[in-house]
Amino acid sequence: MTDHAATLTQADTVEAVVPRPWLAAGTLCSRELVRFVRQRNRVFGAIGQPIIFWLLFGFGLGRSFRLPAADGQSMNYLEYFFPGTLVLILLFTAIFATISIIEDRREGFLQSVLVAPLPRWSLVLGKVLGGTLIALAQGLVFLLLGLTVGLKFSVVSLTAIGLFSFLIAFALTALGFVIAWRLDSTQGFHAIMSVFLMPMWLLSGAFFPADRGGSAGAAWLAILMRANPLTYGVAGLRRLIYWDLPGAALPADLPAMSTCWLVTLGFAALTFALSWRVVGKRTTGDLL
Amino acid sequence: MPPAIETSQLVHRYGERTALAALDLSVETGEIFALLGPNGGGKTTLFRLLSTLIPIQQGSARVLGYDVAGETAEVRRRIGVVFQAPALDKKLTVDENLRHQGHLYGMSGRPLQRRSDEMLSRLRLADRRRDLVETLSGGLRRRVELAKGMLHGPRLLLLDEPSTGLDPAARSDLWDYLRQIRGEDGVTVALTTHLLEEAEKADRLAILNAGSLVALDTPDRLRASVGGDTLTIETDEAASLAAAIADRFGLPAHEVDGSVRLELPDAAQWVPRLIEALPGRIESITLGKPTLEDVFIARTGHRFFDDGP
Repeated sequence: MTDHAATLTQADTVEAVVPRPWLAAGTLCSRELVRFVRQRNRVFGAIGQPIIFWLLFGFGLGRSFRLPAADGQSMNYLEYFFPGTLVLILLFTAIFATISIIEDRREGFLQSVLVAPLPRWSLVLGKVLGGTLIALAQGLVFLLLGLTVGLKFSVVSLTAIGLFSFLIAFALTALGFVIAWRLDSTQGFHAIMSVFLMPMWLLSGAFFPADRGGSAGAAWLAILMRANPLTYGVAGLRRLIYWDLPGAALPADLPAMSTCWLVTLGFAALTFALSWRVVGKRTTGDLL
Repeated sequence: MPPAIETSQLVHRYGERTALAALDLSVETGEIFALLGPNGGGKTTLFRLLSTLIPIQQGSARVLGYDVAGETAEVRRRIGVVFQAPALDKKLTVDENLRHQGHLYGMSGRPLQRRSDEMLSRLRLADRRRDLVETLSGGLRRRVELAKGMLHGPRLLLLDEPSTGLDPAARSDLWDYLRQIRGEDGVTVALTTHLLEEAEKADRLAILNAGSLVALDTPDRLRASVGGDTLTIETDEAASLAAAIADRFGLPAHEVDGSVRLELPDAAQWVPRLIEALPGRIESITLGKPTLEDVFIARTGHRFFDDGP
């Protein structure tokens, strides 16, 4: 009797396999979150280092740093560096999250996703969304830390910061995905991290303002910084976090908020499209 | 009913190296089919092509009547795949692994729960369902893989080297389960193996060597095809001894990787005659019933376990 029933459900399920890409994306995303929580050392790695940077640079450079702003309104370095540190946390977390694609591949989990009856975008979306949410959660923890240096949030500003951080994290996770997809070792990723992703962050206005190309005032540096999409992420966060300060307290030619939204949205769309593209090509490289 | 698997002139290359050379193969529905071959023989490539992991380059393959290249989505809905490398998430529990797998196949809620419960009890995993996969033994993990591969009720289960790393008891469990799903559910099972004794258990098997089909039949018929028992003679001078035997007795002696082999209907009678006739030239002589290895040797002219040229 039970055997008969089992055979029936068997036949039922065969016909019932109707792929649901959104469900699949959701399950892959929740898997990222569960794995993250179970690997606690990742939590400290992604949030600890930026906070240490923030404190050390903040206090260390505090005296020598002076924004070219109106007298007496210039913020201290701890305050200046705050949005950049938030972006660094988003970057680190996003990157750690996408490194997991290399582990998924090496440990074999990815294979079973690749042969499932799903469009590839659901794999990308699940993976990127998972990384984004982890990054966002860590970013919010850091934001709360900002209360200790006198940051003030309103419901509106916090929502806007959350939304904007989400976009940045999404763009960076997708960027990490594009890089990680073809790599077979995490060492390779670390190399790209130090020659590409860290400089990208350093040149985002997180560390020094874009308008004068750093203390050297080099024009090429300023151009690079203008061309860096992350500059607009940092600038947008700077505007949103210091929404209550007079404009004069901010670096002189900080991009307008609308520009920041547009560029960051475009950055996220572009990196997502790129990652969709790289997973679409089925090659023997999928195996490694 | 269309064959479970049908390939036609299937070719696959990795750069310069040809892994599959114009393979024609047909697997009937409801059988356990083994792809036997030495490492590098092309069986894992065939497995990857059929499981849609790598794209078809040349020729065609149909799975359950659907074209693997053109109707990939239809194929994927209907096959279950168990990879050689474990495809489980070790940081998750058995239950969580199955839940994610179900979601990937569009299952959710009560039906998924019911089906998971059923798979776990059939594979005797129910009491380990809340354990993290990383805490399970190799045999248990393979059972979770099977539960995962069969979760959505596929009509064809593809397995790549399923008994690798399993102890004899776990191997026997595996085969019990494969026979069960073939018998009760009518699922076709196709597996790759480099173990001769495992291929013996299949209903039919194909022997692949250097990307080509060497033999395809039931294990019994393949063994019978060798034509009698086999004599293996160990010696220092295989080539000249083989020539001498062929010359003096008119027997089909050939050299295979440093020893002399003969397949004869009345092999036993020849043992004393050969030893007498060739004093001092024979180190040892072994009489055996033909095995799949003999089939392999008879068809390819070299041993199954070849350490390369």
